[in-house]
Amino acid sequence: MLTATILMPLLGAFALACTRLKEPTYRWLACSVGSVPLVLLVAVWIGFDTSTGASAFQYVVEYPWIPALGIGWRMGVDGIALTVATMSALLFVAAMAWPADTRGRAREYYAWFLFLEAVSLGVFLTLDLALFYVFFDLSLVGLFFLIGRWGHGDAERAAIKFFVYTFAGSLAILLAIIGLVLVTDPLTFDMRTLIADQPLAGMDLRATLVLAGFIIGFGIKTPFVPLHTWLPPAHVNAPGPASAVLAGVLLKMGTYGLIRIPYSMLGETFGRYAFALAVLAVISILWGALVSMAQRDLKRRIAYTSVNHMGYVLLGIAAAATIGGEQAARQMALTGATVEMVAHGLITGALFLICGALWQRTGDYNLEHYGGLSQIAPNLTRFTILASFASLGLPGLAGFVAELQIFVGAFSVYPWLAATALLGILITAALFLQMLQQLFFGALPTDRGDFRDLARVEIITLAILVLLIVIIGIYPNWLLTPINSATGLLTGGV
Amino acid sequence: MPVGDVLPELSVLISAVTLLLAASFMRERDQWLAAPGALIGLTVAFAFCVAQLGEAPKLTFSGVWALDGASIWARLIILVAAALSVLLTPEWLRQDRRHGEYYAVLMLGTLGAMLLAGATDLMQLIIAVLLSSVTGYTLAAYHRNWPLSAEAGMKYFLVGALANALLVLGVTLMFGLFATTDYGELASRTKDGAQSMTLVAFSLVIVGVAFKLAAVPAHTWMPDVAEGAPPPAAAFLTIAPKVGAAIALARFVDLFPQDIPWRTVVATIAIATMSVGNLGALGQNDVRRMLGWSSVSQSGYALMAITVLGLDPYALPALLFFLASYAVANLAAFGVVTQLRGRTNLDDYRGLAIAHPLLAAALILSFLSLVGIPPLAGFVGKLALFVTTIESGYAWLAVVALINTVVSLVYYLRVLAPVYFAEPARPMHTLGYSAAAAVVLCAFFTVTLGGLAEPFWRMLAETTLLP
Repeated sequence: MLTATILMPLLGAFALACTRLKEPTYRWLACSVGSVPLVLLVAVWIGFDTSTGASAFQYVVEYPWIPALGIGWRMGVDGIALTVATMSALLFVAAMAWPADTRGRAREYYAWFLFLEAVSLGVFLTLDLALFYVFFDLSLVGLFFLIGRWGHGDAERAAIKFFVYTFAGSLAILLAIIGLVLVTDPLTFDMRTLIADQPLAGMDLRATLVLAGFIIGFGIKTPFVPLHTWLPPAHVNAPGPASAVLAGVLLKMGTYGLIRIPYSMLGETFGRYAFALAVLAVISILWGALVSMAQRDLKRRIAYTSVNHMGYVLLGIAAAATIGGEQAARQMALTGATVEMVAHGLITGALFLICGALWQRTGDYNLEHYGGLSQIAPNLTRFTILASFASLGLPGLAGFVAELQIFVGAFSVYPWLAATALLGILITAALFLQMLQQLFFGALPTDRGDFRDLARVEIITLAILVLLIVIIGIYPNWLLTPINSATGLLTGGV
Repeated sequence: MPVGDVLPELSVLISAVTLLLAASFMRERDQWLAAPGALIGLTVAFAFCVAQLGEAPKLTFSGVWALDGASIWARLIILVAAALSVLLTPEWLRQDRRHGEYYAVLMLGTLGAMLLAGATDLMQLIIAVLLSSVTGYTLAAYHRNWPLSAEAGMKYFLVGALANALLVLGVTLMFGLFATTDYGELASRTKDGAQSMTLVAFSLVIVGVAFKLAAVPAHTWMPDVAEGAPPPAAAFLTIAPKVGAAIALARFVDLFPQDIPWRTVVATIAIATMSVGNLGALGQNDVRRMLGWSSVSQSGYALMAITVLGLDPYALPALLFFLASYAVANLAAFGVVTQLRGRTNLDDYRGLAIAHPLLAAALILSFLSLVGIPPLAGFVGKLALFVTTIESGYAWLAVVALINTVVSLVYYLRVLAPVYFAEPARPMHTLGYSAAAAVVLCAFFTVTLGGLAEPFWRMLAETTLLP
């Protein structure tokens, strides 16, 4: 089942690349092929066993690939992978359904999107470290072509910067993976074995170096300050749907990787550096929020809130990793971090899609050139306000559920850091309110009179995302149950 | 005389001579027939080489010629590379009056590279280097009326003459020190302790072989040859001698005990080579020159495996796999250049993806493989190199290679970006079906060698290195 989840869009991408059809056909073909993984993952979710004593990884598939090196096609999910992957699949369908300006090259555009969906899901679903790296790297290739070809402004430069910067990170991960795996005997890249064996326990220097490789690599991807400088240009110049996927899915690979690899496989070493990570997280939270506040460019502003939100995720992970912390608090922090990944994917995905809509209508991201849109675009206004409120953590919406748990968990471990990080929420609230005011209220600039409100496809897509944000906010249990089953095991509970 | 042991070399030699004679009598419009002739010769040699795979490793011809896994695999790679570059040639040289002779020279160059891979005697090494060099100068300068080609041949020759002289000097010193040129005896006599002159002689020989490998300090000819030589010849010259030289170098350094700090020397050359190659490629707006510099940097990665030779059993298989992956990817890149009639200005590549999607795809695959993006051949090659260097305790070398890989991504992307992101300005003319077939084959190998690495790797894992 999980194999099909990855292979379907991958084969679809190649099939699409070889056809010659009309432009709208490509879109609907891509959406229908792209929603197959979503359907499959929902089916996996329904069949997922969350009772105590159920095995951590379920729906496991395993075929040998290079047995001599212990590399195989290994797939499987735990609660964290399942929820993040399902959210990713949904976001991909939304991004492909979103009307995009494909500049006469719809075939390549949707083929690359399907390719990116396949490899992104691969990152979350694989249980083999070598395969993880393969998918992780291929996701860079996919997004590089999407940004460079269909981006605007100085897209080529942004795409190259994105690729080189994040490729440096993934090579650091590669070295760390090799350093980690070479200790095993016989050689294996099987994540389950590595998690069970904790191969580097007690090897101080080597474990620290390997951990450093992972932190740098995933840190660039997440990204946290000071490794974030590739993010704003990539976002600003990317087409709206690609931005949505970049923020919603690709950034999650960083934090997901942190949980899946160093947190699980180097537990002891990771715990020793948890405080340093928590400090980095707080810096990211505040830095992201403050810099975001200063941006006049709509997309840059939302891009920096991603830095801020991913800081919360990191704070949750760091709190959960702390040695000596109370188990319930640590579990809560880790659950919160995972929920934040899902919530941020949905919320920021929606916000970036909205950015794409604005760009298509005006070709302008400068906030000061907007105003009074609520008069002529009521639907756009509603969705933007809801998504922004969710992003700033309003109770009753998805962001609140996540941040509440992260902060409750973090307070019990690092009270001072958590208190400082709370400032971030305050700043985020201010910057979103100010952004909403600028966009939708006040006087309508004269040259914006012909601004079109959202079209039907856009409304449906956003409605689905926002509906989920609200459901998670009001009744999060269905999401928390599978996540808790995984975080319980990861934090040493039952 | 165990003639049976050199059947592959004999078939290459015989077809070279036959082609040379035939070309002098053929009519001008029939000269292209030499290309299929060359392919037949190479195929026969390939078959003989494959037949040797099953035999136990041994030395033959009084110990000057090794028939071990390393030499057999290296010769197979060389033969495939030569065959693919032959496929690139006929349409390129269609107007050339000396079309037929080209293949004879190319076959002799192939022979030189094969001899490099199998040599286990210093005299034999000299013969191999000279044969490979002399034919190389000719191939590089084949468009003798075009200044750039003549310049390439001239520079290649000047650097080569110096490097070859140093090699001969080094071998003379070696003979003076150890009273033998045979590798087996050298290995036993070097164990008696180093003399101060040993390091000098050792370094001189290394420089001589580094020339064929396009490694620092004898790398300067590579970008000029890549730019000025006919692209099919450039494809051959950036690959075949390099594969042979890498094995020759591995064989040679392996003779020396630890009190000659040869690992340090090789590691230094590796770092210098990859860094110089990458820095040289960074600012290039000339795609062929850029490929030349990138080929220098790839030699640096290959040297990583030679640095750790003997410390880890996977060092030799990693070297061979990396060379094979480099060969197909580099051939694909030069194949695309050839098929585009040698266009070399970066701006002329704008919009290639729209004008010729398949060529663009081959170029993208080739470059991504050279960077080491999974699951292409180059990834498995680099992974194997990283694993073997880290396992041998040279993690710092892997880190340097990693930084270099990131740098290399920049210049590959500088080409790929206009290829994929821009619109074509004018129509782009292509060469012909034979070259296109070679490009498709190389791209195919680049993908399959990565995806189906397992059987190939398993065969390489049993490779041995004599003496």
